Amino acid sequence: MKFSEQWLREWVNPEIGTQELMDQITMAGLEVDGFEPVAGEFTGIIVGEVKSVEAHPDADKLRVCQVSDGSSVVQVVCGAPNVREGLRVPFAVVGAVLPGNFKIKKAKLRGQPSEGMLCSESELGLSDNHDGLMELPADAPVGQEVAEYLKLKDVTIDVDLTPNRSDCLSIKGIAREVGVLNSAQVEAPAIETVGAVHSEVPDIRIEAPAGCPRYLGRVLRNVNLQAETPLWMKEKLRRSGIRSIDAAVDVTNYVMLELGQPMHAFDRDEISGGIVVRMARAGEKLVLLDGQDVELTEQTLIIADHDKPIAIAGVMGGEHSGVSDKTRDLVLEAAYFDPIILAGKARHYGLHTDASHRFERGVDYELARDAMERATRLLMDIVGGEPGEIVEVASKDDLPSAKLVTLRAQRLTDVLGLAIDRTTVEEILTRLGLHVEKLLKNGWEILVPSFRPDISIEEDLIEEVGRIYGYNNLPVTEPNGSLGLRPREEATRPVSAIRSFFVDNGYQEAVTYSFVDPKVQKLVDPENEGIALANPISSDLAVMRTSLWSGLLKTVAYNQNRQQSRIRLFETGLRFKQDGERIDQQPMLAGVVVGGQYPENWANGRRSADFFDVKGDLESLFRVLGIEIQFVGSQHPALHPGQTAELLRDGEHVGWLGTLHPQVQKNLELNGTILMFELFLNSIVTGYVPNFKEISKFPEVRRDLAIIIGIDVAFADVERVARKHAGEQLTALRAFDVYEGESLGEGNRSLALSLFWQHPERTLNEDEVHSLFNGVIDALKEELGATLRS
Amino acid sequence: MENLEQLVQDGLSAVESADSLQALDHIRVEYLGKKGVITQQAKTLGKLSPEERPAAGQKINEAKGQVEEAINARRAGLEKAAIEAKLASESIDVTLPGRGQDLGGLHPVTRTLQRVEEFFSRAGYTVEQGPEIEDDYHNFEALNIPGHHPARAMHDTFYFNPGTVLRTHTSPVQIRTMEAGKPPFRMICPGRVYRCDSDMTHTPMFHQVEGLLVEKNVSFADLKSTVEEFLRVFFERDLQVRFRPSYFPFTEPSAEVDIEWGREADGSIKWLEVMGCGMVHPKVFEHCGIDSEEYRGFAFGLGVERLAMLRYGVNDLRMFFDNDLRFLRQFR
Repeated sequence: MKFSEQWLREWVNPEIGTQELMDQITMAGLEVDGFEPVAGEFTGIIVGEVKSVEAHPDADKLRVCQVSDGSSVVQVVCGAPNVREGLRVPFAVVGAVLPGNFKIKKAKLRGQPSEGMLCSESELGLSDNHDGLMELPADAPVGQEVAEYLKLKDVTIDVDLTPNRSDCLSIKGIAREVGVLNSAQVEAPAIETVGAVHSEVPDIRIEAPAGCPRYLGRVLRNVNLQAETPLWMKEKLRRSGIRSIDAAVDVTNYVMLELGQPMHAFDRDEISGGIVVRMARAGEKLVLLDGQDVELTEQTLIIADHDKPIAIAGVMGGEHSGVSDKTRDLVLEAAYFDPIILAGKARHYGLHTDASHRFERGVDYELARDAMERATRLLMDIVGGEPGEIVEVASKDDLPSAKLVTLRAQRLTDVLGLAIDRTTVEEILTRLGLHVEKLLKNGWEILVPSFRPDISIEEDLIEEVGRIYGYNNLPVTEPNGSLGLRPREEATRPVSAIRSFFVDNGYQEAVTYSFVDPKVQKLVDPENEGIALANPISSDLAVMRTSLWSGLLKTVAYNQNRQQSRIRLFETGLRFKQDGERIDQQPMLAGVVVGGQYPENWANGRRSADFFDVKGDLESLFRVLGIEIQFVGSQHPALHPGQTAELLRDGEHVGWLGTLHPQVQKNLELNGTILMFELFLNSIVTGYVPNFKEISKFPEVRRDLAIIIGIDVAFADVERVARKHAGEQLTALRAFDVYEGESLGEGNRSLALSLFWQHPERTLNEDEVHSLFNGVIDALKEELGATLRS
Repeated sequence: MENLEQLVQDGLSAVESADSLQALDHIRVEYLGKKGVITQQAKTLGKLSPEERPAAGQKINEAKGQVEEAINARRAGLEKAAIEAKLASESIDVTLPGRGQDLGGLHPVTRTLQRVEEFFSRAGYTVEQGPEIEDDYHNFEALNIPGHHPARAMHDTFYFNPGTVLRTHTSPVQIRTMEAGKPPFRMICPGRVYRCDSDMTHTPMFHQVEGLLVEKNVSFADLKSTVEEFLRVFFERDLQVRFRPSYFPFTEPSAEVDIEWGREADGSIKWLEVMGCGMVHPKVFEHCGIDSEEYRGFAFGLGVERLAMLRYGVNDLRMFFDNDLRFLRQFR
């Protein structure tokens, strides 16, 4: 909400400067977002009077004027279309400095001398309006400084109010706060009852009392809407961020800003029969004041006449029933609409109005009559007219009722951590308009006024006391509850340990969006459709990732496009899959590697990372975590069919490792051999607690063998068979050479293995080892068709 | 005997001119070996009278000793020179870079999260996780944000369907934690949150840490100390902190927390908003089956990217999610 500081000071005028005032209300919870002067900086502009206007002898559009500055008359050449004899205008005399440091000097315009300049609003920095001269009232004192006359030593203050503080969406509300904070008197303008001079009253029927528990209407006849809104009102509106339209709209806006009650004025002649407040019927249409043609929904509360909708209640009026300068008779509306019924309605129609903003947050439900009287008086002062009686239709049962809330002194102390003395508490509450209904032995019974719909429980009152007392005046103490120390399983490693592992091994952590491009998602995981957002921010962030690979591959592309060829990334985070009715949200660990295995330098060479580099990293990780993982040749739609491993733990799937499928890589326009892995975090974080075994004192025996075997036989199978036959004392088995070559015959490769045996309690004898070793060789021959390489 | 002295002189000069260990060994054999010329002198002793023998024998031994000593000295010299030559040939350019893997780095958001988690873990808080696709109840209703609430409009929620959203804050985790356990509670929940908003200062995904403490006797004053201490530890500075009344549906009283961050042009303190906090709203306790007459609590929430930007001087929020390696590498 924007408001003029001067306007506020008409209500309450504490002896503090602008900055202090703003700091004060910010610290009371009405956050000042900013402020700006209401006019540009200028000097030497006075009220001038145009004495005569003559045509310029040499220019069609210019006029030669004689202008009085109050003591003398000088000649000024002026091009504004509205310059005329008798007009009073801002007059920049010779020597004046306009905003932007524009100096006014004596000049000649097309041969005619000109001493000074007549000004538009934009030249004074008041608005963008430069259509013509700013017209000052006929009684503006000629010769007076314009800055003084218009009281331009003022700022527009913009407060960003939280949604609970609807009571501060008015000068009245902010003045109340400032009064409390400074213990200063608040002076409200007197609101007088305007007596009826005729008996015409609007016919009002409320068919939806839950949505509109109170509706006031009044007829104002024979108004002159050609009358100008007075400058003082226009200025207050302008300084509060509202544009002047016509007297009727200006007055309703003025009352809304001043008191907080949104109002509306209808053209009586356009209302057929009478006013009906009801829910819209399906298919009903209305052209709004902004020209928008809307089809109303049945959830919309409307103001209608006996034939048709004429306004969306609390949001915006209709064009047809709106006032114009031809309107002779008005119907004024002041109502209380229920915030819950109005919630979201404006947004539904793509609207956000000053009225809807207030009604959705809650307007003072007792304010309508005062507002009606105030508006009638202000309006009659401008447009004249004959008022009728106010008609009020209300449903007591649907109106909010006055709330009584108990505040216990002990609770106040417990929550704030400080015992505030009773007098101070009572003074804060009373100044806020919270009426102390009853003094209790242990506290107070408070009657909450109608302008504070946000206060309904004890904590709300505690907050009021706390914030006015000042949060920063409350003490600072340490919580004294006991720290229950929580156990942590030793076998389960924190994710931070996994992150450290990858960081130490040259991987950079990435954090990518959880929603991804559906096209990339489909390439990476064609079998699972990502869960689609109903309102994505853009089409390339539209579905939830089913794999972290989508984001990581996008990141690879991003970096390859920026001359980064060596990329090693990992990420942890949830992936999302629809699983019947429920959504499966699993924490994953994924990585991608492309480019040199080592940073390029004189010693590292330029070898690109391959499958076994990344597999080696994962194997190290698994050792860190203390888990056993099997890598099994498999197929994955996003991975190279010959370079894909499924990772199993005790036979259960835990993830994938492989090379990105060349076709997917091409589609994503990526370079290099791209290695990727993705693991279920929860499946790998728990390992074991070490269990000491006696160290054998006896020597270890090593035997090597080389076999020729079909390339379709996996090393894992060779290892499995060898281990099965190598006996209990086998301590290690390693492949130390793998070779493929023509000499071995088509479809064959050679594998060289080392086997290590050691007995915990004695030295193994030569015969035992020999027999185990031969057993392994025989099994490899028989079960896998291996031959010994000579 | 008469040429013994000559032999010694010859031996010494041969040793002197030996230029390798091998040559030196030849000299040793030539003079001192079994058939060496000085050793052979002992044979002449037989020709001498028994009276003369001891003196002559001693002379021969002295001669042997003299040559042997020279040989040993020469050997030590040659060995030292050999080692020096070997070392010289083995010298390398130690300024060349080392071999092997580079170091990666944590994402600055993670780095920040880990510091936040570390602080609160030490203060006895557990670290809790929750779903990111969340139901309306946990994200809004249970936090005292019913369907019509104007605060919903502040949230710019991503929807899947009317009852399912991407969590707009990590606060639902406090609800899930309280539903699942019994007070007292000390927990934080770090994690991703989502708002349908994207411009210079907003990304549709960002990170929050939500904190909750529920005990029998806790006050706003305790909340103040927790928040102040955290901010001072996080920024490693004794900075000024102020609490400004604000509004969150799930806390009452509520406050925004500002820290001093430099000075305004007029010399006054420049305040920056960094956190929100407050005392847990009784409605929230009610939804979780906790008696608000018996227990009280405070909750706080902070934006991780905001803290990371302040801490590391990052000036563009969007960089966190570009994952540009040239950006990420600055945080290792």
